[in-house]
Amino acid sequence: MSVTRAEYCVIACAEAWRDNGEVTASPMGLVPSVGARLARHTFAPDLLLTDGEALLVGPDGSTEGWLPYRRHLTTVTGGRRHVMMGASQIDRFGNQNISCIGDWSRPRRQLLGMRGAPVNTLNNPTSYWIPKHSPRVFVEQVDVVCGVGYDRAAAAGPSATRFHRLPRVVTDLAVLDFASRDHSMRLASVHPGVTVEQVRAATGFELTIPAEVPFTREPTDAELALIRTVLDPKGLRDREVPDPASTPVRDDGGRDERARESRSPARGDGR
Amino acid sequence: MSDKTMSAQDVVGRLESGMTLGIGGWGSRRKPMALVRALLRTDITDLTVVAYGGPDVGLLAAAGRIRKLVTAFATLDSIPLEPHYRAARERGAFELTEVDEAMFMWGLHAAANRLPFLPVRAGIGSDVMRVNPGLRTVTSPYPDPSSGVREELVAMPALRLDAALVHMNRADRAGNGQYLGPDPYFDDLFCEAADAAYVSCERIVDTAELTKEAVPQTLLLQRSAVTGVVETPNGAHFTSCAPDHGRDEAFQKLYATTPYEEFAERFLSGDEHAYQSAVQAWRKERDQ
Repeated sequence: MSVTRAEYCVIACAEAWRDNGEVTASPMGLVPSVGARLARHTFAPDLLLTDGEALLVGPDGSTEGWLPYRRHLTTVTGGRRHVMMGASQIDRFGNQNISCIGDWSRPRRQLLGMRGAPVNTLNNPTSYWIPKHSPRVFVEQVDVVCGVGYDRAAAAGPSATRFHRLPRVVTDLAVLDFASRDHSMRLASVHPGVTVEQVRAATGFELTIPAEVPFTREPTDAELALIRTVLDPKGLRDREVPDPASTPVRDDGGRDERARESRSPARGDGR
Repeated sequence: MSDKTMSAQDVVGRLESGMTLGIGGWGSRRKPMALVRALLRTDITDLTVVAYGGPDVGLLAAAGRIRKLVTAFATLDSIPLEPHYRAARERGAFELTEVDEAMFMWGLHAAANRLPFLPVRAGIGSDVMRVNPGLRTVTSPYPDPSSGVREELVAMPALRLDAALVHMNRADRAGNGQYLGPDPYFDDLFCEAADAAYVSCERIVDTAELTKEAVPQTLLLQRSAVTGVVETPNGAHFTSCAPDHGRDEAFQKLYATTPYEEFAERFLSGDEHAYQSAVQAWRKERDQ
């Protein structure tokens, strides 16, 4: 069986936590959650994972620690954490919006609210997961800055930049980062089957594109087996990211509520 | 020790229009829903509500009781967006002070410690500063030893409350409150930040009973910070109240998909007993 798009996404998410050491991985959404657990099972065994509520749990689900919200917030400000949040909008310098669409004082569409995006982005590494890469999400300017981007952090001064880091943005098409000279969003890799042109067309701002864009790496046989038989045997990942190569059984584009709530229920801060 | 037991009606009898009211719990988790329902039966309005928002905020917003909301979000957890909160925001029904989750916590800490503010890193650089033009920063008097930089941080103002409403698993008649689930949330801070704190609970027990099977660390609320105690079994319904009961997902879905007027007429027009009976009747009807 060939590798599906969702499986490349899992690998790309898992890679976010490589070499992070002994920190809490906080994935938001199903694919990042499978990715974090994959990393923990393989190349990042020291990661801490939560049950999505108040417990830290091992790979077999056994409790190893207590992380109620109040201590969770200390984990954030203490910096021993790498969160992967969602984004309703994200711009060229990584400013992110999950609060509302339109004028904040009278929103066209109310979303989650600021949640923990401001505290996350100023205190611990914050990556993003975007299951549907489109110009509606990748915008020139976000309506409300919840997660702080590189330009806004720089303008706000040393207290904002001191611990600010946005390691990567993973989408259904590609991996992006901010490893360019001006910290503008850069295309780091495309998933096999995706072209650079496709990513450019799905991005609503000028993307920094290096001369050579590699493909997202292949999963190992052991990783594939883990994903398919241990971490996501029901294949819920395909609901969040339908495979373009196969006829989707149900193309709900990740809007299925059960798929979304399964690990980190509606928590914008992605604990 | 004085006996602080009272009814939910007694509690709302002590509240007034225009008050700043803190509501404990988190999202759709251990919310003092019976007290919120009691509040909805009064004509108290014009409230400043301070909460990690869930259906408490949704109900009060739908009923038009909120003048100003202080929050970081409103969610039903398993349903990410609180539909009544959302609708109220989109029609501009109330004023909003939107802060970050951590800023909110430090605002409660400041109030509980009788400080005018506490410094927090969160907020700088984000639109929290734009949408809260009154928010000020504070510069550290201590330069960083290596860089010499004096950090500029947000001075999160104290979230002082006229009254707090929280729901516990157990309490005694004096107001010692106990949580038995995995997370205390911030209910102790809400009580300590308030001039008067009202605690509803699943069951009132004798003081000695509290630590018979549970460890003392579960005693979250001290009676010195509690004004009144109300026994309201299933009083957090339809939010979760582990380990006594989980969230009533089916009922929450009904709440989220029913127009408020229709929902209120069926479930909120009588007292708490009528509410619980109506929920039972709805369940029976659904199961047939």
